[in-house]
Amino acid sequence: MITNESRRLEGRRKFLKHSGALLLGLHLPQTLAQGPGKTAEDHLVLHKPFAPNAFVRIAPDNTVTVIVKHLEMGQGTYTGLPTLVAEELDADWSQIRAEGAPADAKLYNNLFWGAAQGTGGSTALANSYEQLRKAGASARAMLVAAAAEKWKVPAQEVVVSRGVVSHKNKKLSFGQLAADAAKQPVPTDVQLKDPKNFTYIGKAVRRTDAHAKSNGTARFTQDVKLPGMMTAVALHPPRFGAKLKSFDASKAKEIAGVRDVVQFSTPARDGVAVLAKDYWTAKKGRDALTAEWDESNAFKLSSSELMDQYKKLAATQGVSAKKEGDADQALAGAAKVLEAAYEFPFLAHASMEPMNCVVSLQARGENATCEIWNGEQFQTIDQMVVAQTLGLKPEQVKLNQLYAGGSFGRRANPASDYLVEAAAITKAAGGKYPVKLVWGREDDMRAGWYRPMYYHVLKAGLDEKGDLVAWKHVIVGQSILTGTAFEAMLVKDGVDGTSVEGAANLPYAVANLAVELHSPKVGVPVQWWRSVGSTHTAFATECFLDEVAREAKKDPYQLRRALLAKHPRHLAALDAAAKRAGWGKALAKGRSRGIAVHESFNTVVAQVVEISRKGSSLKIQKVVCAVDCGVAVNSNVVAMQMESGIGYGLSAALTGAITLKDGMVEQSNFHDYQPVRMNQMPRIEVLIVPSKEKPTGVGEPATPVIAPALANAILALEGKPMRALPLSTQGVTFA
Amino acid sequence: MATLNINGKRVQTDAPGDTPLLWVLRDYLDMTGTKFGCGMALCGACTVHLDGKPARSCVTPISAVAKNKITTIEKIGETKAGKAVQAAWTAESVPQCGYCQSGQVMAATALLASKPHPTDADIDAAMSGNICRCATYNRIRAAIKRAAKELA
Repeated sequence: MITNESRRLEGRRKFLKHSGALLLGLHLPQTLAQGPGKTAEDHLVLHKPFAPNAFVRIAPDNTVTVIVKHLEMGQGTYTGLPTLVAEELDADWSQIRAEGAPADAKLYNNLFWGAAQGTGGSTALANSYEQLRKAGASARAMLVAAAAEKWKVPAQEVVVSRGVVSHKNKKLSFGQLAADAAKQPVPTDVQLKDPKNFTYIGKAVRRTDAHAKSNGTARFTQDVKLPGMMTAVALHPPRFGAKLKSFDASKAKEIAGVRDVVQFSTPARDGVAVLAKDYWTAKKGRDALTAEWDESNAFKLSSSELMDQYKKLAATQGVSAKKEGDADQALAGAAKVLEAAYEFPFLAHASMEPMNCVVSLQARGENATCEIWNGEQFQTIDQMVVAQTLGLKPEQVKLNQLYAGGSFGRRANPASDYLVEAAAITKAAGGKYPVKLVWGREDDMRAGWYRPMYYHVLKAGLDEKGDLVAWKHVIVGQSILTGTAFEAMLVKDGVDGTSVEGAANLPYAVANLAVELHSPKVGVPVQWWRSVGSTHTAFATECFLDEVAREAKKDPYQLRRALLAKHPRHLAALDAAAKRAGWGKALAKGRSRGIAVHESFNTVVAQVVEISRKGSSLKIQKVVCAVDCGVAVNSNVVAMQMESGIGYGLSAALTGAITLKDGMVEQSNFHDYQPVRMNQMPRIEVLIVPSKEKPTGVGEPATPVIAPALANAILALEGKPMRALPLSTQGVTFA
Repeated sequence: MATLNINGKRVQTDAPGDTPLLWVLRDYLDMTGTKFGCGMALCGACTVHLDGKPARSCVTPISAVAKNKITTIEKIGETKAGKAVQAAWTAESVPQCGYCQSGQVMAATALLASKPHPTDADIDAAMSGNICRCATYNRIRAAIKRAAKELA
């Protein structure tokens, strides 16, 4: 019987034969005991009860290819993960190449997600930190062993530096040693470097993808073209949950070049797709379609009506997400009670590359395969969902990894919505040609899966001295995780952890703390959006704390310091940002500073924003951002992610909102959903708090901090609290 | 059959005349460096040069550019300015997801051709039509200044 595992290994062996490359099988710690005495090739050929891990490939041409198990969507995985390998391998950075891993959860699972392969939650580098260093160290040991054998010298005397293996005056490159190294036994245990000997980690090697992304050669899904491929442009329902009743394709079919018109129905949406050789013809065809929709179960409310419902819900008893002491009683006995409510809209991810996907179906039955080209963020889920749609087994779905033109969470769709749509269209067209589904910007913006709308009510109790004695926080908004594969793991006692993260773990010392949650079911599809729950909890908690400080006539920075005594990482980041920003130093008239600090994904970010008023509008003069992300594997990539997170968060803070009118999405493109542009981007200074701890994520944690820091600066300047996002709804305009 | 002058070569295409240049480049000529972002000249991902000036190819029908010299990202690196800009992009670690960067590089190269020493205000004016959702703007600004210095 040929199992999938042995087929996979068969493929590997063929690859080895043809490429002459050294493919190093790496062992996870728990599997080490089973591997001694076998060569890397043995491991690949023999069917073992454990799966060898493959992250490193060294070719005779002396290139070292690091197989990266996480999607490169801008956050730097194709640089950060290879850095870990290069460090322990003592490679020269110029010989390092990065390659996206195929879908194979046995080899490439996210170690923080159990058995699933995927990218998210700012985990890519953190979960790979030891795994890929071991991969590099193991490869190095085999190169050393091969050299020692060749030169008949003790392995301990062989030196590896910048891609050169040497012993006294004898020298060989990795490429020259690759074939011999492949015959060496895989080490059972490898010693990782003492951090004081790091040559790459903690420095700032150049990104592996910068060149290709500056000259147009980097390949995205949008750029894939297969022989005979048709482009599909789809008509989507006007409202979420509408079902296709009928459609008229007669006008579309009159357009020269339209090949087929097919209807589809997926768990995410119904629709009609027009297929043609090129996008423009398919789009003209799509625009010529007419359709009738059954909207009996469609979502028909407006955002304002939904917010009214949330406000009513907030006044009722919610599910307890956190309870320390007795907040209600402490509020009743407080000398002063403050209350504020905060409103947050739906947000679209709006990555630069609108969602798209290429699908090719081959054969039928047992031998059928569905091959997909996509910027893959959610391999295991996508394989499962696409397989279900097509009546295949997950392993019959082959995923080819490409660069993603942004994601911000969108590509990790719980329903694999755009992949399934592409697969369903390909199937509906009879599987007779490969299909590239291309969403226009309007399709992308109106397809849903937004950051949910939220409503927060906060109450704080102060004693006679103005000290904080009670904090009650009520959150209303859709659960992102309910109904997803993560529900069992992360929804506990009716509380979706992502709805309350950043609120239920409030770092401030307050004796009586209560956080309550309402998770209404609403027919608008929602999902994680860069920094997830923190996108709203950071704003509510950090702005409300500034309101408390103002009431108690305390300095917002000093109040935070006083309440964070037990949180040294928060304190360090806060102090670093405040010091560099000159917190406390006098400012010119019409200027102010705002401060905020927030932990997300185990990373702490503090920001100080300085603003000025000019006429009727405000200008952001500068942002100082301090981050504690453990060891900064690449300080340049860390800085890039801080800048990017601030820019992304700023877009949402200033004008970002998806609003519904009678269930229809009002925004459609970048004129009414406006990202920050060059002229609005503030100067940013990034400080990295020195740390010896394991690295934590940097892709998301800067995003949630900018809006509250900015709002707090506005409060300081104008005396007016900002209680809703985007700030454009609060009568604030920016130059 | 339309004839276009793309990157110094005469190219024939049977695309209908109303087809935007973007889709002729991408779907007919397999020149995929120029990107589709919005289809409405709002984001600049599709920026090419028409006679050296930046233009949004997503709203430019090929019937309107039969007489223009079209330059795309595939060729811009062979010009002195384009080469300097691309080198500066790498040196300043500009790209993140990278999807908008072809358009950014084209816009920046056109800016340097018209203003060899651009001020911050010049950069704002020339580059604010190009959206980057990764918000790489500060590095783009630094890279333009670096390239300007390199070319001086």
